[in-house]
Amino acid sequence: MTANAWLLVLLQSVLFLLGAPLLVAWVRRVKARLQNRRGAAWSQPYRDLYKLFGKETLVAHTASGVFRAAPYIVFASTLLACTVVPLITVRLPSAAVADVIVLVGFLALGRFFLALAGMDVGTAFGGMGSSREMLISALAEPAMLLAVFTLAMTAHSTNLASVIDHQLASGLILRPSYLFALMGLVLVAVAETGRIPIDNPTTHLELTMIHEAMILEYSGRHLALMEWAAQLKLMLYGVLIVNVFLPWGIGTQLTLPALASGLLFVIGKLLLLGVILAVAETGLAKMRLFRAPAFLNLALLLALLGLLSNVILEAGA
Amino acid sequence: MNPTLPLSLILAYVAVLAALGSAVGALATGRLPGAKGLMFLLLGASGAAAVAAGLTALASAPAGGELPLGLPWLPWHVRLDALAGFFLMVVGVVVLAVAVYGPGYVRDFEHGQDPLSVLGAFTGLFVAGMLLVVLADDAFLFMVAWELMSLSSYFLVVYQHEQAANRRAAFLYLLMAHIGALSILLGYGVLAAFGGGFAFEAMRGAALSPLWASVAFGLAFVGFGMKAGLVPMHAWLPEAHPAAPSHISALMSGVMLKVAVYGFIRFTFDLIGQIQWQWGVVVLIIGSISALMGVLYALMQHDLKRLLAYHSVENIGIIFIGLGLGLIFLATGHPVAGVLGLIAALYHTLNHALFKSLLFLGAGAILHATHERDLERMGGLLRRMPWTGFYFLIGCISISALPPFNGFVSEWLTFQTALQSWQLSGGVLRSLIPVAAAMLALTGALAAACFVKVYGVAFLGQARSRRVRRARPVTFGMRSAQGFLALLCLLAGIFPTSLLQWLNAVPEQLLGRGLSAATAHGWLWLTPVAPEMASYSAPIVLLALVLLWWLSALVLRRGRVRQVRRCDPWDCGFTDGLPTARMQYTATAFAQPIRRVFGLLFHVDEKVEREAGGMRHQLHVGDRAWELFYVPVAQRIQALSRRVTRLQRGNVRVYLGWSLGTLLVLLWLIS
Repeated sequence: MTANAWLLVLLQSVLFLLGAPLLVAWVRRVKARLQNRRGAAWSQPYRDLYKLFGKETLVAHTASGVFRAAPYIVFASTLLACTVVPLITVRLPSAAVADVIVLVGFLALGRFFLALAGMDVGTAFGGMGSSREMLISALAEPAMLLAVFTLAMTAHSTNLASVIDHQLASGLILRPSYLFALMGLVLVAVAETGRIPIDNPTTHLELTMIHEAMILEYSGRHLALMEWAAQLKLMLYGVLIVNVFLPWGIGTQLTLPALASGLLFVIGKLLLLGVILAVAETGLAKMRLFRAPAFLNLALLLALLGLLSNVILEAGA
Repeated sequence: MNPTLPLSLILAYVAVLAALGSAVGALATGRLPGAKGLMFLLLGASGAAAVAAGLTALASAPAGGELPLGLPWLPWHVRLDALAGFFLMVVGVVVLAVAVYGPGYVRDFEHGQDPLSVLGAFTGLFVAGMLLVVLADDAFLFMVAWELMSLSSYFLVVYQHEQAANRRAAFLYLLMAHIGALSILLGYGVLAAFGGGFAFEAMRGAALSPLWASVAFGLAFVGFGMKAGLVPMHAWLPEAHPAAPSHISALMSGVMLKVAVYGFIRFTFDLIGQIQWQWGVVVLIIGSISALMGVLYALMQHDLKRLLAYHSVENIGIIFIGLGLGLIFLATGHPVAGVLGLIAALYHTLNHALFKSLLFLGAGAILHATHERDLERMGGLLRRMPWTGFYFLIGCISISALPPFNGFVSEWLTFQTALQSWQLSGGVLRSLIPVAAAMLALTGALAAACFVKVYGVAFLGQARSRRVRRARPVTFGMRSAQGFLALLCLLAGIFPTSLLQWLNAVPEQLLGRGLSAATAHGWLWLTPVAPEMASYSAPIVLLALVLLWWLSALVLRRGRVRQVRRCDPWDCGFTDGLPTARMQYTATAFAQPIRRVFGLLFHVDEKVEREAGGMRHQLHVGDRAWELFYVPVAQRIQALSRRVTRLQRGNVRVYLGWSLGTLLVLLWLIS
């Protein structure tokens, strides 16, 4: 049982690793269709990664060891964060290793090294990207913590598996706190994964880029790891939203049918989320950097409202 | 003394005597060869003995004794229980590291104009004072030791007195330390009046009315809060801590503030005893504000030591958030959550002592190697001082509360305490605690931003000044002291459960119950309340991180192209030269977006002037606490003293008349 369960953790990591580029491809394709383009093939993100892994890796003369270590730390911490979010089943032993606060900590660890790597080469772009990234994350991280605290206060647990269990057990109740927390988390996810309207993943325009500015100096396998980590992060936030707030369909037993249906459900939910993301990105324009704090403050307020409505209206219920 | 003196007390006496011996030995430096070595050896022995005493005390029952000193009717009482033992250990660890670090660092001062003997003597007295505060079991010894600590640290702050800024900082420190001490003294006065004695044993038995208990609590909170550097009583801290030599800054920030935390815990949890939840609310609010304002002001600094000093305000705030939560839960009858809050605060106390000392020692190493404190002139130090750079990175990760290092564990425990607020019945309390948790989350994220700035500007990139370009690694002793603290940071992050087992003795002796559930599932699992509520396994996390790193590196090394080629950084296609060091982002530029977003909280003074041959940009970010709290008070005092000067007539008969009047009033009063 336990050995099988830990095998499942391994399987989930592989699903995340393989699924993340696919989710990106899906969003790009839907976006292309919405913009009357044909778009690239399904396999394009995989091909990009494969190409980068085979290319020569360049490191600037001015870079130190932090620059070379950062891709591995970013990748490892993001993947580790992925292993603790229940993907197809709630019976995930790794959820006990790290609860949802630790999950936020993993993402912060990756971001810390990403920002350091941006400053390491000593060019203006890297510093600019790091500075902006830390501003955005400084506002987004508390909003995210508050959103998950809302769940934790209802379920009386910060363990993600227990939170989902509690959600499933209590059935479909429309709680105002959940709604606020969900909205807050969606805004945070948009900001943290560098999507429009905060950042544009396809831009290399000097004055507007954030994430791309930090990884501008990377190439070859280092760049591949950074790109893969970013894709993992997108999928991670997607799974967090669909599985924690709308957990229906997720496997509650360790049987093959339950797992298969869990997989099907989560794929369906993620595809739907991808469509919503593509539509939103097509309809919205990127904001100026100094409008972003207002956006994130909204997220923070929504999450706080969720938490307050939970403790005032719902606690004890 | 009685022959069956317990081991822990013997060790504690040894620690105090060794610190005093180090002070005496220091007086011989410059006259006798080897006195400097002896001074630091004794200081190290004092630290080691204090650690041993602390660990022994944590594992055994409280031990008390009397010293053949003090007033005739009031001998000095000492007592070493788990709480005192824990703080002895915290003091000892940092003193030990400082003693290893010191010989290399003070080399700069040996040929300077300030005698080394003064520095050494007051360092010894300072350490002895801190140890005695923790050991004291009556208000009299406590206040004597407290003053010893305050006064000797004043002389350490003013050590480099040639600079006017240092003298000014030291005077401000002296002034505020004494206002604080007065407040503490009055607090003890209240307890002594009701308890009928100055011994802590008598104070514990004092039957206080709720009002008088609140008065005593308020006085103690102001007094200890002033020493700990809570907002708005923090103004001395960012001035005084950077002024002292760096290893003393490490002691002041790492340990002296903790002694104030000790005083607060002893006074509130132990001596007063009957806790009211309103106190917890006050502590929680002040703690949250301190944490947030501390980190925001830290972000605005570009003097490295000043920045670290503001981070001490932040971390003290986090400790007081934990204490405030503990007070609230204990007073409302939720002992498990209350003990958890106290444990979280104690854990953060230890962590802050470790990583803040580590960072101050790192800042001292930079100062020693480059004579620079200004971040804007640093850069690229990682390549020139690789070990210091590596240890400093560990300090940065720890203070930014990132897993799997120690800062994360204590913040995690604090969050877990805050998440117990569903147990409370009052709507106000239940909504206040989440807001405090939000401020703590914001603080943590901003601290990470601040340390990306510090590390990125100081250690990464290219050198911004000639002196930094010529930096050389520091001595082995200085490096090993940093390495020692860095290792402890890692260990305290990875084995929180084992550490909690030791810590558990504190609430068990203080409150009569521990946190048995937290350590019930073996050293691998940390489960503060119950495993289904929250769990964290730091060893597995570290193992998984290292394993994933190793695996991905292993897979990639087998790729088609193995070699890494060195090249020039991307120069945007310009042909005339590479990016220079001046094109890098500076510390001020890095923090500019945050300054803009939180602009209302700072006193920003920004000027752009046109000059011949270009523009000149000036920026000064001031502390709003000055204009809000200090300037009005200073103005009141000045106005009052101006009124008093009316008495000053210059006529001796008038003065004689005043004297006679005073005498008559006094006679009437006592008769």
